[in-house]
This record gives sequence, C-alpha cells and structure tokens, in this order.
Amino acid sequence: MATAMVATLERELVLYRRLWKASALSSFLLPLLFVLSIGVGVGRYVDANGGLGGVDYLSYIAPGVLVTTAFQIAVGESTYPVLGGFKWVRSYHAMRAAPVAPRDMVGGHLLFLAFRALLATIAFLIVVGFFGAIHSWLTVLTLPIAALLAVASAAPVTAFAATIENDNYFAILFRFGLIPATLFSGVFFDVNQLPLWIRPLAWVSPLWHAVVLSRSAMLGQAPHPGASAGWNAVFIAGHVAYLGVWAVVGVLLAVWRFTKRLQD
Amino acid sequence: MTVQPLIHARGLVKRFGDFTAVAGIDLDVAPGEAFGFLGPNGAGKSSTMRMIGCVSTPTEGTLSILGMDPVRDGVKIRARLGVCPQLDNLDPDLTVAENLTTYARYFGLPRAEGRRRAAELLEFVQLSDRAESKVDPLSGGMKRRLTIARAMVNQPDLVLLDEPTTGLDPQARHLLWERLFRLKQQGVTLVLTTHYMDEAEQLCDRLVVMDAGRIVAEGSPRSLIETHSTREVVELRYGDTPLESLRGKLDGVGERIDVLPDRILLYADDGDAAVAEVHRRDLAPSSVLVRRSSLEDVFLNLTGRTLVD
Repeated sequence: MATAMVATLERELVLYRRLWKASALSSFLLPLLFVLSIGVGVGRYVDANGGLGGVDYLSYIAPGVLVTTAFQIAVGESTYPVLGGFKWVRSYHAMRAAPVAPRDMVGGHLLFLAFRALLATIAFLIVVGFFGAIHSWLTVLTLPIAALLAVASAAPVTAFAATIENDNYFAILFRFGLIPATLFSGVFFDVNQLPLWIRPLAWVSPLWHAVVLSRSAMLGQAPHPGASAGWNAVFIAGHVAYLGVWAVVGVLLAVWRFTKRLQD
Repeated sequence: MTVQPLIHARGLVKRFGDFTAVAGIDLDVAPGEAFGFLGPNGAGKSSTMRMIGCVSTPTEGTLSILGMDPVRDGVKIRARLGVCPQLDNLDPDLTVAENLTTYARYFGLPRAEGRRRAAELLEFVQLSDRAESKVDPLSGGMKRRLTIARAMVNQPDLVLLDEPTTGLDPQARHLLWERLFRLKQQGVTLVLTTHYMDEAEQLCDRLVVMDAGRIVAEGSPRSLIETHSTREVVELRYGDTPLESLRGKLDGVGERIDVLPDRILLYADDGDAAVAEVHRRDLAPSSVLVRRSSLEDVFLNLTGRTLVD
C-alpha cells in the first residue's frame, strides 16, 4: 500500500482521536436506542404474533440496524467532510501540494470509513449480544460485511461530494437516497412484503444486500430460506459481488473526480 | 559549465477556455536564488506558480522543474518542493504541532523524524510555545508562519510562496521577511509572488514584472529601477490648484512627468536640481519631497495606473 495513502489515513485517525466523543453519540448510541425502542417496544407486538423470520423481532432487526449504522457513517462522512476538504478546510489542496496523489486521498478516506464501520460494528455487537441478538458464530462475518458496505456506499458519495460546488445537494442525497434506503432495505421487515413495483428500489440499494448478508450471518440462517443450498451459495456470492461492483465503480469515479477538481 | 536551473520555462502558456492567464513566458531560476513575480492582480502570477507547483498543466510551451517534467514526474517533483499557498489550508482541528507531523507523513518521513523536524521548525518560526494550541485561535501572521514551517518540513530544494504577507500587519510582515531572509541565507531557493514593492525589494535577488500574462521587465530590483525609472523622484503638492494645468508649465523639468490626482511626480536623476528649476519657473509647491526612486515607480510605469481588480 502506498505510504501516502497510509499518511492520509493517519491524518483522519489523528482527527478522529480528537472528535470521536461527538461522533460516538450518532454512530453508536442512536442505533442502540433504535434497536431498543423498536426491537423491544414494537417487538412486543410482533413477537406476540410469532416473531419474524422465525426469530424474535429484536434479533430480526439488529443485523439490519448494524449495517445501516455503517451505511450512515459512510455516507454522512463522505458528504460535508469531503466537500469541505475542497472548499473550506482545503486539506486536499494541501495534500496535493505534497506528493499525495488523488488515489491516495480517496484510499485513505475509504480506509478510515471502513475502520469507523468496524468500530461501530464491534461496539454494537457487544451491546446487542446482551439482548440475545447473536445466534451464530458467523456473526464475525458482519465485520467484513460492514466494512465492504462502508466502502461501497462511501465511494460513490465521495465522488459526488468531489463534484458539487454547493452543499444544498446533500439535502437531496439525504432525502432521496439515505432515508428511503434506510426505510426500504429490509431492515425492519422483509422486502417481499412490499408491492412488487417497489421491490426493485430495495434490490438496487447496496444497503439491502448488506442487510441480507448480515442477517444471515447473525441468525446463522441461509439468506433465502426457500432456495436450495446451492442457490443460496450463488445468492451470497451475488450479494457480495454487487457490493464489490459499487465499491470498485465508486472508487474509480471518486479518483476521477478528485483528479479533475485538483488539476487544471 | 553553467549551473542547471531549478526552473526552466520557454514559451509557457496557460489558457482557461478563451481566457489566457499566462501568455508565453520564459524563465530560468538558478539554485540559491530568491526570485520574485511582481504584478497586479490577474497578471498571471498565481497561474505560473501553480504550473511550477505541478498542480496545473501547461497549455503550451516547455517547463522543467528540478530537471524533471512536471506532467510526468509531478509526484517526484512535489516531494522536493515546499509550497506556501495564497489561501491558508492548515487543518483547523489539529494542533499546531500535529499540522506539521501529519504533513511530514505525506512525504514518507518516519514519525519520530516528523516530530523532530516539527519541534525544530516551530522554534524557527517562533511558535514553540503554541505547539499544543489549535490552529483557529492563531493570528493571521502566526498561521502564515506555520504554513511556511509546514512547507519546510521535507527540507525542500525549492520553496514557492504565493503572496506570503498579503493581509498581515506590519509587525507580522517584518517577522516573516526576517525568517524568509534567513532561509535564503541557508541557501534555500525561494520563488515568491507579491504585489508589494517593498517585499520584492527586501527579498528578491531577481524579479520579473508581469502584466496581462506577459513578462514586461526582468532584472534585479536595482537594475529595474535604473532601467525603468530615474535615480530620484520629486513629489510636488499644490494644495487645491488643479494639477493638470501645471503639466505644460513643468515641461522639460526632469525626464518624465506623471500627474496624479493629489500630486505631481517628476522623474529626475538629480532631484534637488529639478526642485530648483521648479522654483526658478515660479511654480513653488505647497510641499515637496525628494526621494530615491523605488520599485513602485517602476511597477506603475510598466503596468499603468489603471486599477486592476
């Protein structure tokens, strides 16, 4: 790995050491409150009707809220901080004057977000473990799933933030991207309960693919119980590949936009 | 054998769409030189600096920095440059010392070496007592000194300073000049842009005056004054008298006359003789000042008095 990429990651870590307390609230406490209020509160009604997917409701939503947390950190940290790196703090211009290439800047940023996703996942798992939401050793796989989702969702948003001049565009991204994705990606209910014409919205969202994988890992169940073991293996590979495509295309776009913006 | 120039440019052009920022300039900067770009806003100084800093691609012409091609070897060249940009881009959430140590890592310096250099450079720019402070509460002059310290963290062969003292108060400027002068004494090659004549006179061995993307004059501050101005300048003030009416009457006094809204400038090699001639013509002014010609006279003579914004 390029030393310059490690250097930009280190900068993010030094900054994070200073700011982590403020971010701990939104990246850890809020999802936890979510799980507890909905998992326990709404769960009481759901579980009275036999639970969801064969498990109690808290266990059903915990894997989804876990990856949603990674998703929201990744997207949120790729909006204002990236645009600010060009417009306000101008940290990317400072790096550009040093021997740091755009791919090092993008790489360091995404590595940092993968790290943030891992931290949030570990903290989250420790707590929901006490509520009996971990049903399988495969739960450790939520770590790479969360990291992959973080890169897959952060990379294209980073490219977007490196393109725009005005932060008003982020409101559009949040309203028409982040919030619908959170609501329609099968975190709180099976997407098959949605009308058929809405389901493609879930299928295109990288979050849904991570939710399916994460739930499968934490419950120790096949992701699509109706299908054969062979087909499930194909589905798992498909979900991972889909996230991989978002990550690769996103990184290429981000490096291209960074290069454009820093070179005239 | 001639020393290979650190910067070598021939017919260098930079265009942005229809707008030509740099319209074909030739440059050679030798190691150890303090070289200045002087010019009004929009003259093409910063565009030239950005090309030298390998963050802007020349549209036409040849450019070589440290003997390398800035397009192909940009990363290699930047590893040996120190850049102090016009707009501060320090990390406001990091401490003063962390700004240097994180930057040192961009150049691949080991952490311990980065810390050692940070301490040394903070000493040099007189910010040691602020090492643990955040950047935001620092004054403009302190921030600029920190940016210069940051530009030195890789022990560069060439330091680029884009308007290093713009917006600073006189004390801060003098401290900065003194530090830059010490760098120059240590043999560091400095390239700076400025629109302050006193800055150019203080710091530069050699400079070019740019106007509308072209180099209109080149030389040492002294030789530019000798070539483009007279040895002395006489400033005449006449209270409320309309000055334009005096132009004809002063004709022939000194080599050139410049009528400004508030005063008349007479360019002459012997200022006192010119004043005597003014009195002999019964044109006694309300106040008179004989001064040495400065770079400002050269600059205004070459780039005109029209305000460029």
